[in-house]
Amino acid sequence: MATQRKAVALISGGLDSLLAAKVMLEQGVHVEGINFYTGFCVEGHTHAIRKKDKAKPKRNNALWSAEQLGIKLHIIDIIEEYKDVLINPKHGYGANMNPCLDCKIFMVGKAKQWAEENGFDFIITGEVIGQRPMSQRKDTMPVISEESGADDLLLRPLCAQNLPETKPEREGWVKRDELYDFSGRTRKPQMALAEKFGFDDYAQPAGGCCFLTDKSYSVKLTDLWASRGKRDYEIDDIMLLKVGRHLRPKPNFKLIVAREEGENNFLQGYKKQFITLRTMSHKGPLTLLDGTASDDDLKLAAQIVARFSQGREAEEVDVEVTDNGVHKNFTVKPLRSDEIEDAWRV
Amino acid sequence: MIELDARRLMCPMPVIKTQNIIKTLVSGDNVRVTCTDPGVMQDIPAWCRINGHTVLKTEEIDYEYILTIEVGSD
Ligand code: SF4
Repeated sequence: MATQRKAVALISGGLDSLLAAKVMLEQGVHVEGINFYTGFCVEGHTHAIRKKDKAKPKRNNALWSAEQLGIKLHIIDIIEEYKDVLINPKHGYGANMNPCLDCKIFMVGKAKQWAEENGFDFIITGEVIGQRPMSQRKDTMPVISEESGADDLLLRPLCAQNLPETKPEREGWVKRDELYDFSGRTRKPQMALAEKFGFDDYAQPAGGCCFLTDKSYSVKLTDLWASRGKRDYEIDDIMLLKVGRHLRPKPNFKLIVAREEGENNFLQGYKKQFITLRTMSHKGPLTLLDGTASDDDLKLAAQIVARFSQGREAEEVDVEVTDNGVHKNFTVKPLRSDEIEDAWRV
Repeated sequence: MIELDARRLMCPMPVIKTQNIIKTLVSGDNVRVTCTDPGVMQDIPAWCRINGHTVLKTEEIDYEYILTIEVGSD
């Protein structure tokens, strides 16, 4: 009997990677999944921060896919290495801050390395020609294969018949005529195949697999870089961009105002790293101040925070500002809603 | 019993930390993972089911989520 070949499958949690892996399993290939965590993935439980979302906990779709397939899943933390991909993408960004092409090249490259270290023969992805405007085009498919170093060890089972033959096909590890020729933006062939395999309840993310395809998230990230005068970030920055109302009343500081109890609790964890503001005379949200602020700035910040407290209509609100354990107290008149300028909202 | 502190980490980081520590252990070893992200109550058991490990116990004490896992054979 021929030796059973081993493929490592990039599993994002979406339908396409689920199907691609299933096609390989059907051909008798041993498949294990690999999932990369950049920090921006929508699969994280950041939504668990908001109290209202806690009632229906969201599953991690990559884990769910692996369970449906009955394969192992290896989740790899690439937060640090990914910075260079996002900050200096050779092929640029998509519609927002998503460096999809560089991202794919990087991930396939990592998968190739993993395959070598773990004795796997080839790599598969759920890519489909024409499915995504930036990374999944006929002309970018070979770029990914080449620049990742995977070359003809990278197989895309869902559109392989539209692409040159790869080594797994040539060597007879997989049957080319049992692969697919999907192309274009339509989702119909994938849905039909899902039905054939008996998959339902699969995830259908609208934009992509990460927050970088999200417009408002990208605006916040660009604002963060502009305000710091350099393009860099830490994991805490990424997390905080997902939480609260962000307001930048002055170039030198930004306020992150909790919108509800869950966010309030989450922001508590950052009290030591940031200047914080709390309303004392009235109930109000915990607010972090990111940047530097003079006393006048702090007073303005206090007036804004007061606006978001239950004392918004009061003549005066007491606000406590804490910086490195040192408290300062301000008694301020809350700003009126028309004094909160639209341009401040990030 | 091996202790793993995954407090203040958001999913999937606690899952990744669990996976990485289990890689260094042998079948039958027990690990106790302490987390603050409630998402772990779903994700760590799912990861264990997929990879052949057993969740022996889950506890929720003072907003902390604690899972005791027995390492499987493969
Ligand atoms: S959507 Fe995000 S994770 Fe997916 S390929 Fe694009 S940059 Fe990478």
